[in-house]
Amino acid sequence: MSLRDAGARHLGIVGAGKLGTTVARAALDVGYDVVISGSGSPGRIELIVDVLAPGARVMTTAEVSERSDVVILAVPAHRFRELPRDLFAGKILIDAMNYWEPIDGVIEEFSNAPRGTSVLVQAWFSSARVVKSFNQLGYHDIEEDRRLSGEPERTALAVAGDDVAAVATVMQLVDDLGFDAIDVGSLASGVALQPDGLVFGVALTANELSGLLWDEAKRA
Amino acid sequence: MVLKTDYLATLVLGPSDFETLRLAKRETATGVHVVRKKVGNMNIEDVEFGLDSFVVPSLDENAQVERGDVTIRHTVEEAVLADEVGIDSFNIAEHYRQDMMDSAADVILAAIAGRTKRIRLGTAVTVLSTQDPVRIYNQFATLDAVSNGRAQLIVGRGSLTESFPLFGYDLAEYEELFEEKLDLLMQLLREQPVTWSGKYRPALTDQYLSPPLPDGHIPTWVGVGGSPQSVVRAARYGLPLMLAVIGGNPLRFKPYVDLYHRALEEYGFSPRPVGMHSHGYVAETDEEAVQIQYPHWAHTWQRAADERGWRQPTLEGFRTEIARGSLYVGSPETVALKIASMIRQLGLSRFDFSYATGRVPFPQRLSTIELFGRQVIPRVKELLVEARYEPTRNDRATSLVAGK
Repeated sequence: MSLRDAGARHLGIVGAGKLGTTVARAALDVGYDVVISGSGSPGRIELIVDVLAPGARVMTTAEVSERSDVVILAVPAHRFRELPRDLFAGKILIDAMNYWEPIDGVIEEFSNAPRGTSVLVQAWFSSARVVKSFNQLGYHDIEEDRRLSGEPERTALAVAGDDVAAVATVMQLVDDLGFDAIDVGSLASGVALQPDGLVFGVALTANELSGLLWDEAKRA
Repeated sequence: MVLKTDYLATLVLGPSDFETLRLAKRETATGVHVVRKKVGNMNIEDVEFGLDSFVVPSLDENAQVERGDVTIRHTVEEAVLADEVGIDSFNIAEHYRQDMMDSAADVILAAIAGRTKRIRLGTAVTVLSTQDPVRIYNQFATLDAVSNGRAQLIVGRGSLTESFPLFGYDLAEYEELFEEKLDLLMQLLREQPVTWSGKYRPALTDQYLSPPLPDGHIPTWVGVGGSPQSVVRAARYGLPLMLAVIGGNPLRFKPYVDLYHRALEEYGFSPRPVGMHSHGYVAETDEEAVQIQYPHWAHTWQRAADERGWRQPTLEGFRTEIARGSLYVGSPETVALKIASMIRQLGLSRFDFSYATGRVPFPQRLSTIELFGRQVIPRVKELLVEARYEPTRNDRATSLVAGK
């Protein structure tokens, strides 16, 4: 599927796993320039990127950050604190991670995070502008559900963040990649997008997604 | 004059063909007659059809959950039937949960070995990260001996991780654990004595382990859930790749299959087989299969949804997974068509059928095994032969030369 060309846009991706390579492919498909890093040296992921996201350029994580205004963080949740705290200073950092006990082990602070795990990500990368998105659906939904803007039954992705300008930028990215973008408010309200959250793991249209969140808000 | 290459292949025996002949001879000597269907150089018997079991206590005739010991004896009966109806392998998973009795696969497999002659006996998967490779060697080399060369392994992470706290391992070290243990296991299986040192167990110096393996190592596959890094790791060791596909469109794994083949090339290995594990249920008709399987599927996924924050199961979702996703539920014809199609599109040499998801009662489990062996497998082979499908060789000969 080829969606409309997004023009000369640029996206940085940290993490060359399932989600990172899927988003890379989607972004390349709509004409984005994509730079991507994995853990360790670039050599370790060159083959992976060459096969799964041909056209993306492999760099170190520091280089990815340096060259990008918008960076998607798609590493295992228990590993993000291995990255330097000031690595993404001033950047829009999209937290696409989910904390899963079966993958990450039990981390008390994450298990009991009433304001959601992205608030912890923001606390770690305090100089970055953290926005939560792309974590709500499985990587294969992101591969398969992409649609042109205006198509019926287009799937929606929620976007949550405290920095309004950063949220607007990420919403544009979400739309470019083939999804309706829904602003669901503050970074802490992103708790609805993560495992056990109200809209986690369900492919919903924009109306359905906002309807669910609105009903919940009325009940609260 | 130009000879067609597939014709040549039937005239010229490569080293691997000699290996096949030798093994075939050995099997014949044990009283098993091996018939290999040849079409050109295509050998449809290179596609392995396995059953995978989590040894889940079923509902008995009073709709009560049966006792675990009963389930284990039922599982042995199920494997005996699988052998009778021509299924190639029976593979048991590894969990430490109250709703699964598969905590000691090697013991159940040994019991099956004593009552069967032909079926291969394996794991799906062995959670290698929390096991001692030395012990795995002891257990499975012994299983290989009692079964006369029928042991096989799939090593991997598994999707549940209760073994980490149980055996005192840190889940955060998963990658390092797996890497180190796979390295040691491969050394033990491929060549002894072994001199080895690592972080997670005492070093070995000129160590021999018993019993020795008469025919090289036990076929060992790496099970992955689609992480590109795990795919590359399997290729780095020259080990066959087993994809666990439990939801969504299986064809999304095509890029991972491509990645695996590219990585094998980079590491200098010849092509290795790729397999897939998926869930399903076969009954006489499509609707009967849905009626029998759905309540148990829903029960299993309901629990997964509660434990892991996944979406709640619905009948609509179930039917969508059958139509477009990873469930193989229906009549023998429906299931065979889907399996054959996936084998062709993904280039598979092995299909492991996780039969009768959840607490499907014992009589119905037997019935689905019977239909799978007697109707689905022959029909899939027929469809593949019609399509002139060429699987990658999948036998001991392939894995004997792996690695180094």
